[in-house]
Amino acid sequence: MASVSVPAERPRGLLRRPTAITGLWSWFTTVDHKKIGILYGVTAFAFFIVGGTEALLIRLQLAQPDQNLISPGVYNELFTMHGITMVFLVVMPLSAAFFNFLIPLMIGARDVAFPRLNAFSYWAFLFGGIFIYSSWFLGGAPNGGWFGYAPNSVLDPTRGMTFYAIGLLITGIASTVSAINLAVTIINMRAPGMTLFRMPVFIWMGLVVQLLLAFSLPIITVGLVELLFDKRFGTHFFDPAAGGDPLLWQHLFWLFGHPEVYILILPAMGIVSEILPVFARKPLFGYQFVVFSGIAIGFIGFGVWAHHMFAVGLGPVANTAFGVSTMIIAVPTGVKIFNWLGTLWRGDIRFTTPMLFAVGFIAMFVIGGLSGVTHAVVPSDYQQTDTYYIVAHFHYVLFGGAIFGLFGGTYYWWPKVFGRMLDERWGKVQFWTMLVGFNLAFGPMHVLGLQGMPRRIQSYPESLGLTFWNLVSTIGAFVIALSVLLFIVSAVRSFRRPREMSADPWDARTLEWATSSPPPVHNFDEIPVVHALDEVWHRKYAETEGGRVVPVPAGGSGEGGRGAGAHAIHLPGPSYYPLVASLGLPIVGYGLIFGWWLVAVGLVVMVGGLYGWVLEPSAE
Amino acid sequence: MRRETLKVLGPLALTLIAAACAPNATQDSLRPAGPYAEKAHDLFVPVFWVAAAIFFVVEGLLVFFVWKYRHRKGREGIPPQVHGNTRLEIAWTILPALILAGVAVPTVTTIFDLAREPEGDVLNVDVLGHQWWWEFAYPQEGIVTANELHIPTGRPVYLRLCAVGLGYQQQVAPSECQPGPPEGAVPASLGDSVIHSFWVPELAGTQDVIPGRTNTMVLQADDPGTYTGQCKEFCGLSHAFMKFTVVAHTPEDFDAWVAGQRAPAAMPPGGTPAAAGAEILAGQCIACHAINGLQDANGDPILGSNNGPDLTHFASRECFAGCMLETNDENLRRWLDDPPSVKAGSWMPDYNLTPEQIDQLVAYLNTLR
Repeated sequence: MASVSVPAERPRGLLRRPTAITGLWSWFTTVDHKKIGILYGVTAFAFFIVGGTEALLIRLQLAQPDQNLISPGVYNELFTMHGITMVFLVVMPLSAAFFNFLIPLMIGARDVAFPRLNAFSYWAFLFGGIFIYSSWFLGGAPNGGWFGYAPNSVLDPTRGMTFYAIGLLITGIASTVSAINLAVTIINMRAPGMTLFRMPVFIWMGLVVQLLLAFSLPIITVGLVELLFDKRFGTHFFDPAAGGDPLLWQHLFWLFGHPEVYILILPAMGIVSEILPVFARKPLFGYQFVVFSGIAIGFIGFGVWAHHMFAVGLGPVANTAFGVSTMIIAVPTGVKIFNWLGTLWRGDIRFTTPMLFAVGFIAMFVIGGLSGVTHAVVPSDYQQTDTYYIVAHFHYVLFGGAIFGLFGGTYYWWPKVFGRMLDERWGKVQFWTMLVGFNLAFGPMHVLGLQGMPRRIQSYPESLGLTFWNLVSTIGAFVIALSVLLFIVSAVRSFRRPREMSADPWDARTLEWATSSPPPVHNFDEIPVVHALDEVWHRKYAETEGGRVVPVPAGGSGEGGRGAGAHAIHLPGPSYYPLVASLGLPIVGYGLIFGWWLVAVGLVVMVGGLYGWVLEPSAE
Repeated sequence: MRRETLKVLGPLALTLIAAACAPNATQDSLRPAGPYAEKAHDLFVPVFWVAAAIFFVVEGLLVFFVWKYRHRKGREGIPPQVHGNTRLEIAWTILPALILAGVAVPTVTTIFDLAREPEGDVLNVDVLGHQWWWEFAYPQEGIVTANELHIPTGRPVYLRLCAVGLGYQQQVAPSECQPGPPEGAVPASLGDSVIHSFWVPELAGTQDVIPGRTNTMVLQADDPGTYTGQCKEFCGLSHAFMKFTVVAHTPEDFDAWVAGQRAPAAMPPGGTPAAAGAEILAGQCIACHAINGLQDANGDPILGSNNGPDLTHFASRECFAGCMLETNDENLRRWLDDPPSVKAGSWMPDYNLTPEQIDQLVAYLNTLR
C-alpha cells in the first residue's frame, strides 16, 4: 500500500513503481477507480463513434433498393462489426465506466476491492477491442454476424471469425475479472451502516449485472473456444457430418446471449432509478419491489434463451416452455415501469437533461418491451424472427433503453466526474434531436419487418415496396448522428466553463454527492456512516410529524464536519503491471492466428507482468 | 411534453397506416394467403391490440404525470416522500401476469396446432437449401426444380427441409431428405452446408434449415398466384440473394405442370447453335448440373450432378440464380460471362466462355421449357 502523503521507498521490483497520480503518464499506470472509469467511458465512446459510423454506412446502402454502394462482403463485415462493437465495446464498457466510477463512491469506499485487477480489466478490454478491429487490416473483419452461427462461421474462408472468437475471449477475460472485482467490492466494502437494503438501486443493479456476467461468460467462453478449435485446429464441434451439432453453438451462444441482454439493460435501469427520484424530488416508489424485480429479471434471464431459436425446430414442447418463460420475464419488467411511474406521481418534476433522458428511456423502453412480448407469442415469432421487426425491437431496448439511460447518466454525473456542468440548453436540444432521430430510424423498421424485410440482407428489390420506410430510417440514422455530434461539442465546451459548481448541484440523494466534485483521489476525507437509504437526502431534509419535509440546518445532521484529512489515508499505488500483463493477451491472440512463436512471446509478456505484479513492493 | 406524446405514438400509428395500405409488398406477413399463415396472423393481431392498449395506458400515464406534476414557478417546498404502496405494487404485478396468461393460452394451442403433421391429401416436397439457392424435390411425382416451388391450391404442402452443400461422391447425406432425381445422379451431401431459413410469409411462418437435421413445416395457398419468399437466416456472402417464389396453381393446372416437368428435355437438332450449346453443357456444366434427356452422340443419357440446379426445365422458370435474376437472354449472358461478379461468392465459377459459346448456351437453355 502506498500512501498519498508518504513517498515510496526504493522499490525491489523489475520496474520502479510509478508514483505520479497526475499527468498523461499517470493514466497508463493508474489504479484509481475514478480514472479507470473515465478511461472506460472515453474508450467506449470512441467505439460508439466507430460503431455508429458502421451503422450509417449500413443505412446508406439500404437507403434505396438494389443499391451496390457497399459490396455484400463488406456489408457483412459492417453489420457484424456494428453488432460486436455496440454490444461488447460500447454498452458493456460504458456501463462498466459508470460502475467503476460510482460503485465505490455510492457505497462509501475508497476504491474497488482489487485496484490493480481493475486496471487489468480496462487494459484487457481495450486490447481486446483493438485486436478485433485490427482484423480490418489483417485479412478482413468478422463477417458471420455478432451471433456467429456455425457452421457458416467455421466454413468462412477468411480469418474474420477467428478474430471474433479470440477478441471476444479477451474482452470476456476483462469482463469476468471486472465482474468478480465489482461484486466483491459491493459485498465487502460498503461503508458502515450501508446494509444491502440501504444500497442505491444502481448498486443493486450493478451487483445483479456482475453476477450475470460471472455466470454467463463461462458459457460463451466454451462456445468461443470450440469455434476457435474448429477454425484453427480442425475439430468438428459444430460439423454434423463428423458428429457435431450446429445447434450446440446456438444453445451456448444464447444461454450467454440472453443474460447478456439484461447485462446491457439493467445498468441503464439502475441509472434511471437514480435520476427519477432526484428530479421528481421523491424517493423511488417501491424500492424493494424494484430491487427484487431486478433480481428476478437476472434469474429468469437464464431461462429464456431458446426464444431466439423458435424457428430452429426444437419442437412444440420446448417452444411452449420458452414462450411462457419469456412472458413471465415481462412481469418484473412491467413492475419496474409502474414503479417508475409511481415515482413521478405527485412529484415536483424538474426537466433537466438527465430527467428528459430518463423519461425518454421509460417511453422508449415500453415500446421495446411490448414488441418483445409479441415475440413470446411463438407462432407470431415464426413470422417476425430474423426480420427488421426484431431489429426494431432490440434497438428500442438497447438504444431507446440502454443508450438513453447511459446518456441520462452521463448528463447527471458529468458534474460529479469533472466538476463542471454540461450546458442544459445544448443537452435539451440533443435529447430532442436524439428522440426524433431514434424514432425515425427504428420506428419504421417494425413496418419493414412485418412487410417482409429479413435481417442482414445487403439489398432488397424495389418490388417488395420497402423503399419509403428504408429511406426514412436512413434519414433518422443521420439525425441521431447529428445529435451525437451535438453531445461531443457540448462535452468539449463544458471544459471551457468555469469550475464553479457546488458539490451537489442537483440536490441529490445518494452518497457520491457527499464528497466534492470531482472527488478527491481518496474519495472521502472520512468514510461516511450510513443511516438510511438516500443517505445524503436525509442529511439535508427531515420529515416533520405531519409529513412535511423541511431542510435540516447546516451542520445539524449529527454527521459532524468534514475530517481535516490530516491523517494519512492509505491508497493503492499506481502500477505498470496490469498494463503489461494484459498486453500479453492480444499477443497470444495474434500468435494463435499467425504463428506459435508469437504465442510464446505473449505468454512471456503476460507471465512476466503477473510475476512483477505479485512481487511489486507495496511501497509503504 | 405534448410533443413527446406525438413522437412516442408516431411509430405505432405509422405501423398501422403502413399495415393498412402496403401497396405492392409481395412478401407481407400482414397479408396471409393461406390457413397456416392465417393462424400466426390471427394470433398476432389480437396480441398487437392488447399491446397497443397497454401502450396507450402506460405512455398516457407517463405523459399525464410529467405534465401534471411538473415543477411550477412559485411552488415551494418538497413533495411528500411517498415510499411506495404494497397493495398497489402487488396489483401491478398480478395484473400483467393475468394478461400474459390470457395471451399464453392461445399461443400454446397454436404452437401445437402448427406442429401437427397434416393428414389426408397432402403434397410432399423436400426443400434443400444450398448456398445460395433452393432446390425443391417432389418424391412422389419424381420431379425436381429450383427456386420455384409449384403447389396446388387448397391442399396442404408438407415440407421436409434439409441443408446441403457441394456434393462429394463419397458422402451421402445422413439427413432424411431425398436428393432430387435424376436417377443415378450423385447425391447431394452435407459437405459444407450452412444454416438457412425457409420463409414465405404469406403462406406460413419461418422454419430453419439446419445441416444434419430434417425439419418439417406445412404451408398452403388458398388462391392461385405467385408468392415470394427468401432465406431468412444469414448464410454467407450472398444471403440477400437466396430468394424463391411459390407458384400456386389450381389442382388441374398443377397436374398439367407436373406432367410437363416429368417430360425429358428433347435434344436440339444437329447443327443448330442450340446443339452446340448442348455439347458445351455436356462437356463442362454437368459437373454440377443435370438435364434429364441430355444424350451423347450414341444416344446414351449423360448423367449430371445435383450440386447445382437441375436444368431440365430451366426456361420454364421465371427466375434463376436464387431468384436474383429474371430469366431472359440478357441476364443469362451476364451470368454465364462471370457468375461470381454478378452474385458474390457464387459456387459457379467463371469458365471464360467466349461470346459465341455464351450465345450457343443461351440458345440451348431457351429450348429447356
